Amino acid sequence: MILQQVRTGGWLTLLHKELLRFWKVSFQTIAAPVLTALLYLLIFSHVLESRVSVFGGQVRYTAFLVPGLVMMSVLQNAFANASSSLIQSKITGNLIFVLLPPLSPLDMYAAYVLGAMTRGLAVGLGVFAVTLVLVPGPLALAHPVVAIAFAVLGSAILGTLGVIAGIWADKFDELAAFQNFLIMPLTFLSGVFYSIHSLPPFWQTLSHFNPFFYMIDGFRYGFFGLSDIAPAISLALVAAAAVILAAVALAMLARGYKLRL
Amino acid sequence: MSAAEPPQGANSAPSGGSAAAKPQAWGDHTSAAEPPQGANSAPSGGSAAAKPQAWGDHTSDAVEVIGIARRFGDVQALDGVDLRVARGEFFGLLGPNGAGKTTLISILAGLTRADRGSARILGHDVVTDYRQARRVLGVVPQELVFDPFFTVRETLRIQSGYFGLRHNDAWIDELLHHLDLTHKADANMRALSGGMKRRVLVGQALVHKPPVIVLDEPTAGVDVELRQSLWAFIRKLNRDGHTIILTTHYLEEAEALCGRIAMMKAGRIVALDTTQHLLSRFSGITVRLSAPRLPSAWANRLQEQEGQVFYLGLDSYAELERLLASLREEAIAIDELTLAQTDLEQVFLRIMAGTETTDDPKRLAEVPES
Repeated sequence: MILQQVRTGGWLTLLHKELLRFWKVSFQTIAAPVLTALLYLLIFSHVLESRVSVFGGQVRYTAFLVPGLVMMSVLQNAFANASSSLIQSKITGNLIFVLLPPLSPLDMYAAYVLGAMTRGLAVGLGVFAVTLVLVPGPLALAHPVVAIAFAVLGSAILGTLGVIAGIWADKFDELAAFQNFLIMPLTFLSGVFYSIHSLPPFWQTLSHFNPFFYMIDGFRYGFFGLSDIAPAISLALVAAAAVILAAVALAMLARGYKLRL
Repeated sequence: MSAAEPPQGANSAPSGGSAAAKPQAWGDHTSAAEPPQGANSAPSGGSAAAKPQAWGDHTSDAVEVIGIARRFGDVQALDGVDLRVARGEFFGLLGPNGAGKTTLISILAGLTRADRGSARILGHDVVTDYRQARRVLGVVPQELVFDPFFTVRETLRIQSGYFGLRHNDAWIDELLHHLDLTHKADANMRALSGGMKRRVLVGQALVHKPPVIVLDEPTAGVDVELRQSLWAFIRKLNRDGHTIILTTHYLEEAEALCGRIAMMKAGRIVALDTTQHLLSRFSGITVRLSAPRLPSAWANRLQEQEGQVFYLGLDSYAELERLLASLREEAIAIDELTLAQTDLEQVFLRIMAGTETTDDPKRLAEVPES
């Protein structure tokens, strides 16, 4: 029945559109970030494998690096997908096709964030799959459910941040500022390439204020059963951040902030 | 005829009777629980597929705007606009750039929020009942926008899916046919000409078969032949019961298509009436007379003179007879005499110049019974 059709699932089409959007340029959106992560892995592992000790020597540095790079790829690509989709649609004007139909703020939020999560997790899986081939020795997942939980929550948080940034930014320059001056530093300083226990006390303390640190530390716990912070605490903080940011994004969408004048 | 009277026969649909005569075509004969015949699965060319769904409460106006105002910075884009459009009307919204037409349409579509006032589509408030209001409204935006990632067919399928219609290919095929885009169905949007992109925009607005369709400058950049076929299609939709609201800079289009017309200026509606009534109220005849001289009594009707060619403004054909009589009495030989009727462009220019307005502002909000 038409009426029933109309009352269900407009957001699923928006999600489908978001997936098609990045799939049609998958070299740029999936293959390229996988290659970038691999280059990080090759260079850092080559330079630092014999010089850096993590978790008291229980884990090789190259193996330590893998979950960090996987999670970094998940986070950065989840952010990039939602934010670039929204800013492109705003600037080219085709966002009107999403604003005219009877999509609720929750519909839009769900579609953009799930699209972002899908791309982030796809790139993360790609990085993980390739590192399985390239990294010598076994790379076991001690707590796969924990790793999946952090990957899902982390991609949701960055997808949500992408929605917020995409709505807030009026031009590509502003979005680039958000990405380069906030997302990138927080990601790089979150313990992707090091354990915070190797840092001086001041920087260790400062790292605890970086929300990305908890995502990567918790994700790494899923691999090795070792972490800088108790995974339950990280999970609670990450889940709280996800809820708060979702509330902010939904409020922006409900208000029509910078979308409905 | 006053603005309050029904515009019977005012629409200029070439056949099938005036659209105003059957505004309930979709409202009264179809249950809300059931799709109309052929809906969503009609074969190409089946007119039933174009019939809008049975939305609304059957009694509400297609569009009802009450006291809408909107300011952007120092600019009062809309200043207390009242407007009602009956179901099944072909309604024109005219005005110069910056008059507030697009702002009004944006408020109806939920793209812009009003500072005050309310707007309803088929009885559904565009703010408090926005889902229903958007389901029954299709908008062709003025800007030529498209998503460069997708083909024409993908674009239409996606737009259909946003409205929850995920198996809508029969209607999409019919739209492609009527919009002469079948051969471009699998072409990327970037590969289309401006006119083709404009037609895809029309298709996107119609893909969910909305009973109320707003076309904001739909024929800009579309060549004459395709413009004619597009209007034939829109007329057909109107005959099938869709309410059409049109803004256009081509005033001859509005004159030919619209049963009623509102003219906007500086955020206000300054004229609202049936097209025929507007033309008759501002009617007049311009006489181009080529003669050695003008009868002395007619000097006050002279609008312009080029040598021995005189342009006179007359109120009626009775006056023309008196002019001819004067010419005979004064034995003035006529070399040539031609007549021109007032058209909508002249009415528009006179109203926009501020020399003419509707006589009773209270009538502006009145709507013909449907």
